[in-house]
Amino acid sequence: MRNFLVARLMQAGIVAMVVGALCFLLMRVLPGDAAMRIAAGRYGPDARIAEAADKVRLELGLDRPVLLQFLEWLGGLLRLDLGHSLVTGAPVVDELQVQLGASVWLAASALLISLLIGPVIGIFSGLKPGGIADRTGLVGAVVFRAIPPFVLGLMLMLILSKQLGWLPPAGFGSPREILLPALTLALGLAAMSSRVTRNAVAAVAKTPYFAFARHKGLPEAIVVRRHGIRNAAIPVVSYLGLQAIYLVEGVVVVESLFAYPGIGHALVHAIVERDIPMVQGTALVMGLMFVAIAALVDAISLWLDPRFGRAA
Amino acid sequence: MSTIDNVSLARGRARLSGSRAFGAALLLLLGAFALIGPVIVPTDPAAQDFGASLAPIGGDYALGADHYGRSLLARLAHGARLSFGLAFLTMLAAAVPGVLLGLAAAWRGGGTERLLELLATVVLALPGLMLVLLLLAFSPGNYGPLFLGLSLTLWVEFYRVTRATTKTVLAQPHIEAARMLGFGSGYILRNYVVPVIAPMIATLTAFAMATAIIAVSTLSAISVGLQPPTPELGSIIVELLPYYAEAPLHVLLPALLIFLLVLGLQLVADGDRA
Repeated sequence: MRNFLVARLMQAGIVAMVVGALCFLLMRVLPGDAAMRIAAGRYGPDARIAEAADKVRLELGLDRPVLLQFLEWLGGLLRLDLGHSLVTGAPVVDELQVQLGASVWLAASALLISLLIGPVIGIFSGLKPGGIADRTGLVGAVVFRAIPPFVLGLMLMLILSKQLGWLPPAGFGSPREILLPALTLALGLAAMSSRVTRNAVAAVAKTPYFAFARHKGLPEAIVVRRHGIRNAAIPVVSYLGLQAIYLVEGVVVVESLFAYPGIGHALVHAIVERDIPMVQGTALVMGLMFVAIAALVDAISLWLDPRFGRAA
Repeated sequence: MSTIDNVSLARGRARLSGSRAFGAALLLLLGAFALIGPVIVPTDPAAQDFGASLAPIGGDYALGADHYGRSLLARLAHGARLSFGLAFLTMLAAAVPGVLLGLAAAWRGGGTERLLELLATVVLALPGLMLVLLLLAFSPGNYGPLFLGLSLTLWVEFYRVTRATTKTVLAQPHIEAARMLGFGSGYILRNYVVPVIAPMIATLTAFAMATAIIAVSTLSAISVGLQPPTPELGSIIVELLPYYAEAPLHVLLPALLIFLLVLGLQLVADGDRA
Protein backbone atom coordinates (compact mmCIF):
# COMPACT_ATOMS: atom_id res chain seq x y z
CA MET A 1 0.00 0.00 0.00
CA ARG A 2 2.82 2.43 0.82
CA ASN A 3 4.72 1.55 -2.33
CA PHE A 4 1.55 2.13 -4.26
CA LEU A 5 1.11 5.61 -2.82
CA VAL A 6 4.74 6.55 -3.30
CA ALA A 7 4.69 5.42 -6.94
CA ARG A 8 1.56 7.44 -7.65
CA LEU A 9 2.86 10.52 -5.90
CA MET A 10 6.03 10.27 -7.95
CA GLN A 11 3.99 10.01 -11.11
CA ALA A 12 2.05 13.11 -10.10
CA GLY A 13 5.34 14.93 -9.48
CA ILE A 14 6.68 13.92 -12.89
CA VAL A 15 3.51 15.17 -14.55
CA ALA A 16 3.80 18.55 -12.81
CA MET A 17 7.44 18.95 -13.76
CA VAL A 18 7.00 17.87 -17.37
CA VAL A 19 4.03 20.13 -17.96
CA GLY A 20 5.76 23.10 -16.36
CA ALA A 21 9.06 22.57 -18.12
CA LEU A 22 7.46 21.91 -21.48
CA CYS A 23 5.39 25.09 -21.32
CA PHE A 24 8.44 27.04 -20.25
CA LEU A 25 10.55 25.61 -23.05
CA LEU A 26 7.88 26.26 -25.65
CA MET A 27 7.35 29.80 -24.45
CA ARG A 28 11.01 30.53 -25.20
CA VAL A 29 10.82 29.29 -28.77
CA LEU A 30 7.40 30.83 -29.26
CA PRO A 31 7.10 32.42 -32.69
CA GLY A 32 5.18 35.67 -32.82
CA ASP A 33 4.41 38.05 -30.02
CA ALA A 34 2.57 36.66 -27.02
CA ALA A 35 1.40 40.11 -25.93
CA MET A 36 -0.23 40.63 -29.33
CA ARG A 37 -2.11 37.36 -29.09
CA ILE A 38 -3.26 38.03 -25.58
CA ALA A 39 -4.45 41.50 -26.52
CA ALA A 40 -6.39 39.97 -29.40
CA GLY A 41 -7.87 37.41 -27.03
CA ARG A 42 -8.89 40.10 -24.56
CA TYR A 43 -10.17 42.90 -26.70
CA GLY A 44 -11.09 41.07 -29.88
CA PRO A 45 -9.22 41.33 -33.17
CA ASP A 46 -10.68 44.76 -34.03
CA ALA A 47 -9.17 46.74 -31.16
CA ARG A 48 -6.10 48.89 -31.73
CA ILE A 49 -3.84 45.91 -31.18
CA ALA A 50 -0.36 47.45 -31.01
CA GLU A 51 -1.24 49.83 -28.16
CA ALA A 52 -3.20 47.19 -26.31
CA ALA A 53 -0.29 44.77 -26.68
CA ASP A 54 2.17 47.23 -25.12
CA LYS A 55 -0.17 47.72 -22.19
CA VAL A 56 -0.51 43.95 -21.77
CA ARG A 57 3.25 43.44 -21.95
CA LEU A 58 3.90 46.00 -19.24
CA GLU A 59 1.08 44.82 -17.02
CA LEU A 60 2.06 41.15 -17.11
CA GLY A 61 5.82 41.63 -17.08
CA LEU A 62 6.28 39.62 -20.25
CA ASP A 63 9.48 41.53 -20.98
CA ARG A 64 11.29 40.10 -17.96
CA PRO A 65 13.79 37.18 -18.31
CA VAL A 66 12.01 33.91 -19.09
CA LEU A 67 13.88 31.97 -16.42
CA LEU A 68 12.58 34.35 -13.77
CA GLN A 69 9.04 33.84 -15.04
CA PHE A 70 9.47 30.06 -14.87
CA LEU A 71 10.85 30.10 -11.34
CA GLU A 72 7.95 32.29 -10.32
CA TRP A 73 5.52 29.80 -11.79
CA LEU A 74 7.18 26.90 -9.94
CA GLY A 75 7.22 28.82 -6.68
CA GLY A 76 3.57 29.69 -7.17
CA LEU A 77 2.76 26.06 -7.81
CA LEU A 78 4.17 25.12 -4.40
CA ARG A 79 1.84 27.67 -2.83
CA LEU A 80 -1.02 26.33 -4.96
CA ASP A 81 -1.00 29.58 -6.88
CA LEU A 82 -1.13 29.07 -10.64
CA GLY A 83 -1.16 32.74 -11.53
CA HIS A 84 -3.86 34.69 -13.29
CA SER A 85 -5.52 34.08 -16.61
CA LEU A 86 -4.06 36.46 -19.16
CA VAL A 87 -7.43 36.93 -20.77
CA THR A 88 -9.94 37.27 -17.95
CA GLY A 89 -7.49 38.29 -15.24
CA ALA A 90 -9.11 35.90 -12.77
CA PRO A 91 -6.89 33.52 -10.74
CA VAL A 92 -6.32 30.31 -12.72
CA VAL A 93 -7.05 28.21 -9.64
CA ASP A 94 -10.52 29.71 -9.27
CA GLU A 95 -11.42 29.04 -12.89
CA LEU A 96 -10.05 25.51 -12.72
CA GLN A 97 -12.01 24.62 -9.61
CA VAL A 98 -15.32 25.15 -11.36
CA GLN A 99 -14.20 23.43 -14.55
CA LEU A 100 -12.61 20.48 -12.83
CA GLY A 101 -15.85 19.78 -10.98
CA ALA A 102 -17.75 19.72 -14.27
CA SER A 103 -15.18 17.43 -15.90
CA VAL A 104 -15.14 15.00 -12.99
CA TRP A 105 -18.92 14.72 -13.23
CA LEU A 106 -18.68 14.08 -16.94
CA ALA A 107 -15.93 11.47 -16.61
CA ALA A 108 -17.73 9.70 -13.76
CA SER A 109 -21.04 9.61 -15.63
CA ALA A 110 -19.31 8.29 -18.74
CA LEU A 111 -17.58 5.58 -16.74
CA LEU A 112 -20.85 4.59 -15.08
CA ILE A 113 -22.79 4.42 -18.35
CA SER A 114 -20.01 2.46 -20.03
CA LEU A 115 -20.08 -0.03 -17.14
CA LEU A 116 -23.80 -0.50 -17.72
CA ILE A 117 -23.22 -1.24 -21.41
CA GLY A 118 -19.80 -2.84 -21.99
CA PRO A 119 -19.55 -5.56 -19.32
CA VAL A 120 -23.20 -6.56 -19.73
CA ILE A 121 -22.73 -7.17 -23.44
CA GLY A 122 -19.43 -8.86 -22.61
CA ILE A 123 -21.05 -11.28 -20.17
CA PHE A 124 -23.70 -12.34 -22.67
CA SER A 125 -21.05 -12.72 -25.38
CA GLY A 126 -18.66 -14.66 -23.18
CA LEU A 127 -21.17 -17.19 -21.86
CA LYS A 128 -21.74 -18.54 -25.37
CA PRO A 129 -18.59 -17.87 -27.39
CA GLY A 130 -19.37 -17.89 -31.09
CA GLY A 131 -23.08 -17.40 -30.51
CA ILE A 132 -25.21 -14.66 -31.98
CA ALA A 133 -24.64 -12.30 -29.04
CA ASP A 134 -20.90 -12.82 -29.32
CA ARG A 135 -20.78 -12.12 -33.03
CA THR A 136 -23.02 -9.06 -32.82
CA GLY A 137 -20.92 -7.79 -29.94
CA LEU A 138 -17.75 -8.26 -31.94
CA VAL A 139 -19.03 -6.36 -34.96
CA GLY A 140 -20.33 -3.61 -32.70
CA ALA A 141 -16.99 -3.32 -30.91
CA VAL A 142 -15.02 -3.21 -34.17
CA VAL A 143 -17.31 -0.54 -35.60
CA PHE A 144 -17.34 1.68 -32.51
CA ARG A 145 -13.59 1.38 -32.16
CA ALA A 146 -13.11 2.69 -35.70
CA ILE A 147 -15.37 5.73 -35.26
CA PRO A 148 -13.41 8.73 -33.96
CA PRO A 149 -15.05 10.10 -30.78
CA PHE A 150 -15.86 13.44 -32.37
CA VAL A 151 -17.71 11.77 -35.24
CA LEU A 152 -19.62 9.62 -32.76
CA GLY A 153 -20.51 12.73 -30.77
CA LEU A 154 -21.75 14.56 -33.85
CA MET A 155 -23.81 11.57 -34.91
CA LEU A 156 -25.43 11.26 -31.48
CA MET A 157 -26.11 14.98 -31.51
CA LEU A 158 -27.78 14.77 -34.91
CA ILE A 159 -29.82 11.68 -34.10
CA LEU A 160 -30.77 12.12 -30.45
CA SER A 161 -31.26 15.86 -30.30
CA LYS A 162 -31.91 17.10 -33.83
CA GLN A 163 -33.96 14.25 -35.26
CA LEU A 164 -35.62 12.84 -32.17
CA GLY A 165 -35.41 15.88 -29.92
CA TRP A 166 -34.82 13.76 -26.81
CA LEU A 167 -31.79 15.53 -25.42
CA PRO A 168 -30.46 19.09 -25.55
CA PRO A 169 -27.47 19.32 -27.93
CA ALA A 170 -25.36 21.50 -25.63
CA GLY A 171 -25.44 23.29 -22.34
CA PHE A 172 -24.74 22.63 -18.74
CA GLY A 173 -26.56 22.43 -15.46
CA SER A 174 -29.13 19.66 -15.51
CA PRO A 175 -28.48 15.91 -15.67
CA ARG A 176 -30.15 15.81 -19.08
CA GLU A 177 -27.43 18.00 -20.49
CA ILE A 178 -24.59 15.84 -19.28
CA LEU A 179 -26.16 12.76 -20.84
CA LEU A 180 -25.19 13.35 -24.48
CA PRO A 181 -21.47 14.05 -23.91
CA ALA A 182 -21.30 11.27 -21.32
CA LEU A 183 -22.93 8.80 -23.71
CA THR A 184 -20.44 9.71 -26.45
CA LEU A 185 -17.54 8.90 -24.16
CA ALA A 186 -19.26 5.84 -22.73
CA LEU A 187 -19.88 4.15 -26.09
CA GLY A 188 -16.20 4.33 -26.99
CA LEU A 189 -15.22 2.91 -23.61
CA ALA A 190 -17.88 0.21 -23.78
CA ALA A 191 -16.71 -0.93 -27.22
CA MET A 192 -13.38 -1.83 -25.67
CA SER A 193 -14.44 -3.10 -22.27
CA SER A 194 -17.10 -5.37 -23.78
CA ARG A 195 -14.46 -7.46 -25.57
CA VAL A 196 -12.19 -7.66 -22.55
CA THR A 197 -15.15 -8.73 -20.42
CA ARG A 198 -16.16 -11.29 -23.01
CA ASN A 199 -12.71 -12.87 -22.98
CA ALA A 200 -12.56 -12.85 -19.19
CA VAL A 201 -16.01 -14.43 -18.89
CA ALA A 202 -15.22 -17.03 -21.54
CA ALA A 203 -12.08 -17.96 -19.58
CA VAL A 204 -13.96 -18.21 -16.28
CA ALA A 205 -16.76 -20.22 -17.91
CA LYS A 206 -14.22 -22.86 -18.87
CA THR A 207 -12.94 -23.37 -15.30
CA PRO A 208 -13.85 -26.48 -13.29
CA TYR A 209 -15.46 -24.53 -10.43
CA PHE A 210 -17.80 -22.83 -12.85
CA ALA A 211 -18.73 -26.14 -14.50
CA PHE A 212 -19.29 -27.66 -11.05
CA ALA A 213 -21.69 -24.87 -10.08
CA ARG A 214 -23.66 -25.55 -13.25
CA HIS A 215 -23.64 -29.33 -12.76
CA LYS A 216 -24.95 -29.15 -9.24
CA GLY A 217 -28.03 -27.49 -10.69
CA LEU A 218 -27.70 -23.83 -9.72
CA PRO A 219 -29.74 -21.54 -11.93
CA GLU A 220 -27.60 -19.85 -14.58
CA ALA A 221 -28.14 -16.36 -13.16
CA ILE A 222 -26.82 -17.42 -9.74
CA VAL A 223 -23.86 -19.26 -11.29
CA VAL A 224 -22.89 -16.11 -13.13
CA ARG A 225 -23.43 -13.85 -10.15
CA ARG A 226 -21.69 -15.96 -7.52
CA HIS A 227 -18.89 -17.55 -9.47
CA GLY A 228 -18.47 -15.55 -12.63
CA ILE A 229 -18.56 -11.82 -12.12
CA ARG A 230 -15.95 -11.22 -9.45
CA ASN A 231 -13.38 -13.44 -11.11
CA ALA A 232 -14.03 -12.00 -14.52
CA ALA A 233 -13.98 -8.44 -13.15
CA ILE A 234 -10.25 -8.44 -12.41
CA PRO A 235 -8.94 -8.20 -15.98
CA VAL A 236 -11.74 -5.81 -16.83
CA VAL A 237 -10.86 -3.39 -14.06
CA SER A 238 -7.15 -3.48 -14.76
CA TYR A 239 -7.99 -2.88 -18.38
CA LEU A 240 -10.09 0.11 -17.41
CA GLY A 241 -6.89 1.51 -15.96
CA LEU A 242 -5.47 1.75 -19.44
CA GLN A 243 -8.67 3.50 -20.34
CA ALA A 244 -7.74 6.42 -18.10
CA ILE A 245 -5.95 7.75 -21.18
CA TYR A 246 -9.04 7.39 -23.30
CA LEU A 247 -11.18 9.06 -20.67
CA VAL A 248 -8.93 12.09 -20.13
CA GLU A 249 -8.38 12.58 -23.85
CA GLY A 250 -12.03 11.99 -24.56
CA VAL A 251 -12.97 14.69 -22.09
CA VAL A 252 -11.07 17.25 -24.19
CA VAL A 253 -12.74 16.25 -27.43
CA VAL A 254 -16.25 15.74 -26.13
CA GLU A 255 -16.28 18.90 -24.03
CA SER A 256 -15.15 21.04 -26.96
CA LEU A 257 -17.75 19.43 -29.17
CA PHE A 258 -20.68 19.93 -26.81
CA ALA A 259 -19.45 23.28 -25.41
CA TYR A 260 -19.44 21.66 -21.98
CA PRO A 261 -17.65 23.96 -19.51
CA GLY A 262 -14.95 21.58 -18.26
CA ILE A 263 -11.19 21.30 -18.17
CA GLY A 264 -10.86 20.05 -21.75
CA HIS A 265 -12.93 22.87 -23.16
CA ALA A 266 -10.88 25.33 -21.10
CA LEU A 267 -7.62 23.87 -22.45
CA VAL A 268 -8.69 24.21 -26.06
CA HIS A 269 -9.88 27.77 -25.43
CA ALA A 270 -6.68 28.70 -23.65
CA ILE A 271 -4.68 27.29 -26.56
CA VAL A 272 -6.57 29.31 -29.13
CA GLU A 273 -6.09 32.47 -27.06
CA ARG A 274 -2.53 31.60 -26.06
CA ASP A 275 -3.38 32.14 -22.44
CA ILE A 276 -0.17 30.53 -21.21
CA PRO A 277 -0.93 30.38 -17.45
CA MET A 278 -4.31 28.83 -18.27
CA VAL A 279 -2.68 26.30 -20.63
CA GLN A 280 -0.16 25.38 -17.94
CA GLY A 281 -2.83 25.16 -15.28
CA THR A 282 -5.34 23.10 -17.25
CA ALA A 283 -2.66 20.78 -18.62
CA LEU A 284 -1.41 20.27 -15.08
CA VAL A 285 -4.88 19.49 -13.75
CA MET A 286 -5.62 17.13 -16.64
CA GLY A 287 -2.35 15.31 -16.06
CA LEU A 288 -3.17 14.95 -12.38
CA MET A 289 -6.68 13.77 -13.22
CA PHE A 290 -5.09 11.09 -15.37
CA VAL A 291 -2.86 9.99 -12.47
CA ALA A 292 -5.85 10.02 -10.11
CA ILE A 293 -8.00 7.82 -12.36
CA ALA A 294 -5.15 5.35 -12.82
CA ALA A 295 -4.59 5.23 -9.04
CA LEU A 296 -8.30 4.73 -8.36
CA VAL A 297 -8.43 1.81 -10.78
CA ASP A 298 -5.36 0.24 -9.20
CA ALA A 299 -6.96 0.53 -5.78
CA ILE A 300 -10.13 -1.20 -7.02
CA SER A 301 -8.10 -4.02 -8.58
CA LEU A 302 -6.35 -4.51 -5.28
CA TRP A 303 -9.68 -4.68 -3.47
CA LEU A 304 -11.09 -7.19 -5.98
CA ASP A 305 -8.07 -9.44 -5.80
CA PRO A 306 -5.81 -8.92 -2.78
CA ARG A 307 -3.28 -11.35 -4.29
CA PHE A 308 -1.97 -8.50 -6.47
CA GLY A 309 -0.91 -6.58 -3.39
CA ARG A 310 0.87 -9.50 -1.80
CA ALA A 311 2.70 -10.41 -4.96
CA ALA A 312 4.02 -6.89 -5.43
CA MET B 1 -4.39 7.91 -29.10
CA SER B 2 -3.28 4.95 -27.09
CA THR B 3 -1.88 2.17 -29.20
CA ILE B 4 -1.42 -0.02 -26.16
CA ASP B 5 -5.17 -0.47 -25.64
CA ASN B 6 -5.63 -1.89 -29.07
CA VAL B 7 -2.74 -4.28 -28.69
CA SER B 8 -3.93 -5.67 -25.39
CA LEU B 9 -7.38 -5.98 -26.86
CA ALA B 10 -5.95 -7.86 -29.82
CA ARG B 11 -4.78 -10.61 -27.51
CA GLY B 12 -8.36 -11.73 -27.00
CA ARG B 13 -9.52 -14.31 -29.48
CA ALA B 14 -12.68 -14.07 -31.48
CA ARG B 15 -13.84 -15.26 -34.85
CA LEU B 16 -13.94 -13.01 -37.86
CA SER B 17 -12.22 -15.03 -40.50
CA GLY B 18 -10.89 -13.31 -43.56
CA SER B 19 -11.23 -9.93 -41.90
CA ARG B 20 -7.55 -9.27 -42.42
CA ALA B 21 -7.97 -9.77 -46.17
CA PHE B 22 -11.02 -7.51 -46.07
CA GLY B 23 -9.03 -4.83 -44.25
CA ALA B 24 -6.20 -5.08 -46.78
CA ALA B 25 -8.61 -4.75 -49.71
CA LEU B 26 -10.23 -1.75 -48.06
CA LEU B 27 -6.87 -0.08 -47.51
CA LEU B 28 -5.80 -0.78 -51.08
CA LEU B 29 -8.97 0.86 -52.37
CA LEU B 30 -8.63 3.88 -50.11
CA GLY B 31 -4.92 4.13 -50.84
CA ALA B 32 -5.65 4.20 -54.56
CA PHE B 33 -8.26 6.91 -54.00
CA ALA B 34 -5.77 8.98 -52.00
CA LEU B 35 -2.89 8.49 -54.43
CA ILE B 36 -4.61 8.54 -57.80
CA GLY B 37 -7.72 10.53 -56.88
CA PRO B 38 -6.09 13.98 -56.86
CA VAL B 39 -4.45 13.15 -60.21
CA ILE B 40 -7.52 12.05 -62.15
CA VAL B 41 -9.76 14.64 -60.49
CA PRO B 42 -7.80 17.72 -61.53
CA THR B 43 -10.32 20.09 -59.87
CA ASP B 44 -8.68 22.40 -57.36
CA PRO B 45 -10.07 21.44 -53.93
CA ALA B 46 -10.11 25.16 -53.02
CA ALA B 47 -11.79 26.42 -56.20
CA GLN B 48 -15.07 28.09 -55.26
CA ASP B 49 -18.20 28.35 -57.37
CA PHE B 50 -21.03 29.93 -55.44
CA GLY B 51 -23.48 28.99 -58.16
CA ALA B 52 -22.97 25.36 -57.22
CA SER B 53 -23.31 25.86 -53.48
CA LEU B 54 -24.37 22.56 -51.87
CA ALA B 55 -24.80 20.93 -55.28
CA PRO B 56 -26.41 17.50 -54.90
CA ILE B 57 -24.55 14.25 -55.31
CA GLY B 58 -24.58 12.87 -58.83
CA GLY B 59 -25.08 16.14 -60.74
CA ASP B 60 -22.29 18.25 -62.23
CA TYR B 61 -20.24 17.28 -59.21
CA ALA B 62 -19.86 13.52 -58.75
CA LEU B 63 -20.05 13.76 -54.96
CA GLY B 64 -21.71 17.15 -54.77
CA ALA B 65 -20.19 20.43 -53.66
CA ASP B 66 -19.88 22.15 -50.31
CA HIS B 67 -21.35 25.49 -49.25
CA TYR B 68 -18.67 27.40 -51.17
CA GLY B 69 -19.32 25.24 -54.22
CA ARG B 70 -16.03 23.40 -53.86
CA SER B 71 -15.97 19.92 -55.38
CA LEU B 72 -16.44 17.45 -52.55
CA LEU B 73 -14.84 14.65 -54.55
CA ALA B 74 -11.66 16.69 -54.96
CA ARG B 75 -11.70 17.72 -51.30
CA LEU B 76 -12.18 14.14 -50.13
CA ALA B 77 -9.41 12.84 -52.36
CA HIS B 78 -7.01 15.51 -51.11
CA GLY B 79 -8.20 14.94 -47.55
CA ALA B 80 -7.55 11.22 -47.79
CA ARG B 81 -4.10 11.90 -49.21
CA LEU B 82 -3.37 14.31 -46.37
CA SER B 83 -4.58 11.87 -43.70
CA PHE B 84 -2.68 8.94 -45.17
CA GLY B 85 0.46 10.96 -45.76
CA LEU B 86 0.56 12.59 -42.35
CA ALA B 87 -0.25 9.29 -40.64
CA PHE B 88 2.46 7.50 -42.56
CA LEU B 89 5.10 10.12 -41.77
CA THR B 90 4.08 10.20 -38.11
CA MET B 91 4.28 6.42 -37.93
CA LEU B 92 7.77 6.44 -39.50
CA ALA B 93 8.96 9.18 -37.17
CA ALA B 94 7.69 7.14 -34.21
CA ALA B 95 8.67 3.65 -35.35
CA VAL B 96 12.25 4.25 -36.46
CA PRO B 97 13.57 5.87 -33.26
CA GLY B 98 11.27 3.69 -31.14
CA VAL B 99 12.58 0.42 -32.53
CA LEU B 100 16.21 1.57 -32.58
CA LEU B 101 16.07 2.83 -29.00
CA GLY B 102 14.33 -0.38 -27.92
CA LEU B 103 17.08 -2.44 -29.50
CA ALA B 104 19.74 -0.24 -27.92
CA ALA B 105 18.17 -0.56 -24.47
CA ALA B 106 17.87 -4.35 -24.70
CA TRP B 107 21.35 -4.76 -26.18
CA ARG B 108 23.35 -2.38 -24.03
CA GLY B 109 21.40 -2.64 -20.79
CA GLY B 110 22.86 -0.75 -17.81
CA GLY B 111 22.85 3.03 -17.86
CA THR B 112 21.53 3.32 -21.42
CA GLU B 113 18.51 1.21 -20.51
CA ARG B 114 17.82 3.07 -17.28
CA LEU B 115 17.97 6.43 -19.03
CA LEU B 116 15.64 5.32 -21.83
CA GLU B 117 13.23 3.76 -19.35
CA LEU B 118 13.08 7.04 -17.46
CA LEU B 119 12.33 8.88 -20.70
CA ALA B 120 9.56 6.41 -21.57
CA THR B 121 8.06 6.73 -18.09
CA VAL B 122 7.97 10.50 -18.40
CA VAL B 123 6.13 10.36 -21.71
CA LEU B 124 3.73 7.71 -20.41
CA ALA B 125 2.91 9.87 -17.39
CA LEU B 126 1.07 12.26 -19.71
CA PRO B 127 -1.92 11.51 -21.89
CA GLY B 128 -0.72 11.70 -25.50
CA LEU B 129 -3.32 14.14 -26.74
CA MET B 130 -2.28 16.57 -24.03
CA LEU B 131 1.31 16.55 -25.26
CA VAL B 132 0.07 17.30 -28.76
CA LEU B 133 -2.20 20.06 -27.45
CA LEU B 134 0.64 21.63 -25.49
CA LEU B 135 2.79 21.75 -28.61
CA LEU B 136 -0.10 23.06 -30.67
CA ALA B 137 -0.71 25.79 -28.09
CA PHE B 138 2.38 27.51 -29.31
CA SER B 139 1.74 27.33 -33.02
CA PRO B 140 -1.87 26.45 -33.83
CA GLY B 141 -2.85 25.25 -37.28
CA ASN B 142 0.61 24.09 -38.33
CA TYR B 143 1.78 20.68 -39.47
CA GLY B 144 5.03 20.85 -37.51
CA PRO B 145 3.85 20.71 -33.90
CA LEU B 146 1.03 18.33 -34.81
CA PHE B 147 3.44 15.90 -36.41
CA LEU B 148 6.06 16.31 -33.70
CA GLY B 149 3.57 15.89 -30.86
CA LEU B 150 2.08 12.72 -32.32
CA SER B 151 5.47 11.14 -32.97
CA LEU B 152 6.63 12.07 -29.49
CA THR B 153 3.77 10.12 -27.93
CA LEU B 154 3.72 7.18 -30.33
CA TRP B 155 7.40 6.22 -30.24
CA VAL B 156 7.08 4.88 -26.68
CA GLU B 157 4.93 1.95 -27.75
CA PHE B 158 7.45 0.86 -30.37
CA TYR B 159 10.25 1.29 -27.87
CA ARG B 160 8.57 -0.75 -25.14
CA VAL B 161 7.56 -3.66 -27.36
CA THR B 162 10.96 -3.83 -29.03
CA ARG B 163 12.87 -3.67 -25.75
CA ALA B 164 10.76 -6.28 -23.97
CA THR B 165 10.75 -8.74 -26.86
CA THR B 166 14.41 -8.33 -27.71
CA LYS B 167 15.34 -8.88 -24.08
CA THR B 168 13.49 -12.20 -23.91
CA VAL B 169 14.99 -13.30 -27.22
CA LEU B 170 18.51 -12.40 -26.13
CA ALA B 171 18.10 -14.28 -22.86
CA GLN B 172 17.45 -17.59 -24.63
CA PRO B 173 20.09 -20.32 -24.71
CA HIS B 174 20.34 -20.59 -28.47
CA ILE B 175 21.52 -16.99 -28.66
CA GLU B 176 24.23 -17.75 -26.17
CA ALA B 177 25.20 -20.76 -28.27
CA ALA B 178 25.33 -18.63 -31.41
CA ARG B 179 27.52 -16.10 -29.60
CA MET B 180 29.89 -18.75 -28.39
CA LEU B 181 30.15 -20.16 -31.89
CA GLY B 182 31.48 -16.76 -32.84
CA PHE B 183 28.56 -15.27 -34.76
CA GLY B 184 28.54 -11.49 -34.68
CA SER B 185 25.87 -9.11 -33.39
CA GLY B 186 24.66 -8.33 -36.89
CA TYR B 187 24.06 -12.01 -37.62
CA ILE B 188 22.18 -12.56 -34.36
CA LEU B 189 20.11 -9.46 -34.97
CA ARG B 190 19.15 -10.47 -38.50
CA ASN B 191 18.48 -14.13 -37.86
CA TYR B 192 17.07 -14.29 -34.35
CA VAL B 193 15.80 -10.90 -33.25
CA VAL B 194 14.26 -9.40 -36.39
CA PRO B 195 12.03 -12.40 -37.26
CA VAL B 196 10.51 -12.27 -33.76
CA ILE B 197 9.92 -8.53 -33.48
CA ALA B 198 8.96 -7.84 -37.13
CA PRO B 199 5.34 -9.07 -36.95
CA MET B 200 4.74 -7.15 -33.72
CA ILE B 201 6.18 -3.98 -35.20
CA ALA B 202 3.98 -4.43 -38.27
CA THR B 203 0.90 -4.62 -36.04
CA LEU B 204 1.94 -1.56 -34.06
CA THR B 205 2.57 0.27 -37.32
CA ALA B 206 -1.03 -0.11 -38.45
CA PHE B 207 -2.37 0.88 -35.03
CA ALA B 208 -0.10 3.91 -34.89
CA MET B 209 -1.38 5.06 -38.27
CA ALA B 210 -4.99 4.58 -37.19
CA THR B 211 -4.27 6.57 -34.05
CA ALA B 212 -2.65 9.36 -36.04
CA ILE B 213 -5.57 9.57 -38.48
CA ILE B 214 -8.08 9.83 -35.64
CA ALA B 215 -5.96 12.37 -33.79
CA VAL B 216 -5.39 14.66 -36.76
CA SER B 217 -9.05 14.73 -37.77
CA THR B 218 -10.19 15.17 -34.16
CA LEU B 219 -7.86 18.09 -33.52
CA SER B 220 -8.94 19.80 -36.73
CA ALA B 221 -12.56 19.23 -35.80
CA ILE B 222 -12.14 20.97 -32.44
CA SER B 223 -10.33 23.75 -34.33
CA VAL B 224 -6.85 23.44 -32.87
CA GLY B 225 -5.43 21.26 -35.65
CA LEU B 226 -5.15 22.16 -39.30
CA GLN B 227 -7.23 25.17 -40.28
CA PRO B 228 -10.24 25.14 -42.66
CA PRO B 229 -8.93 26.00 -46.13
CA THR B 230 -6.85 22.83 -45.89
CA PRO B 231 -8.96 19.91 -47.12
CA GLU B 232 -8.63 17.93 -43.90
CA LEU B 233 -11.33 15.31 -43.31
CA GLY B 234 -12.16 16.41 -39.77
CA SER B 235 -12.51 20.06 -40.68
CA ILE B 236 -14.54 19.19 -43.80
CA ILE B 237 -17.09 17.53 -41.50
CA VAL B 238 -17.29 20.47 -39.13
CA GLU B 239 -17.47 23.01 -41.97
CA LEU B 240 -20.41 21.19 -43.53
CA LEU B 241 -22.21 20.49 -40.28
CA PRO B 242 -24.37 23.67 -40.29
CA TYR B 243 -25.80 22.52 -43.63
CA TYR B 244 -26.73 19.09 -42.34
CA ALA B 245 -30.45 19.68 -42.78
CA GLU B 246 -30.08 20.49 -46.49
CA ALA B 247 -27.30 18.05 -47.36
CA PRO B 248 -26.93 15.26 -44.80
CA LEU B 249 -24.95 13.00 -47.13
CA HIS B 250 -22.31 15.69 -47.63
CA VAL B 251 -21.54 15.56 -43.91
CA LEU B 252 -21.62 11.79 -43.72
CA LEU B 253 -19.21 11.19 -46.63
CA PRO B 254 -16.02 12.51 -44.97
CA ALA B 255 -17.06 10.81 -41.72
CA LEU B 256 -17.47 7.54 -43.60
CA LEU B 257 -14.07 8.00 -45.21
CA ILE B 258 -12.33 8.40 -41.82
CA PHE B 259 -14.25 5.44 -40.47
CA LEU B 260 -13.19 3.20 -43.37
CA LEU B 261 -9.56 4.32 -43.15
CA VAL B 262 -9.37 3.49 -39.45
CA LEU B 263 -11.37 0.28 -39.86
CA GLY B 264 -9.07 -0.92 -42.64
CA LEU B 265 -5.97 -0.26 -40.56
CA GLN B 266 -7.39 -1.96 -37.48
CA LEU B 267 -8.54 -5.02 -39.41
CA VAL B 268 -5.16 -5.38 -41.08
CA ALA B 269 -3.43 -5.03 -37.73
CA ASP B 270 -5.18 -7.81 -35.90
CA GLY B 271 -7.33 -9.40 -38.53
CA ASP B 272 -8.73 -12.65 -37.29
CA ARG B 273 -8.42 -11.60 -33.70
CA ALA B 274 -10.06 -8.20 -34.05
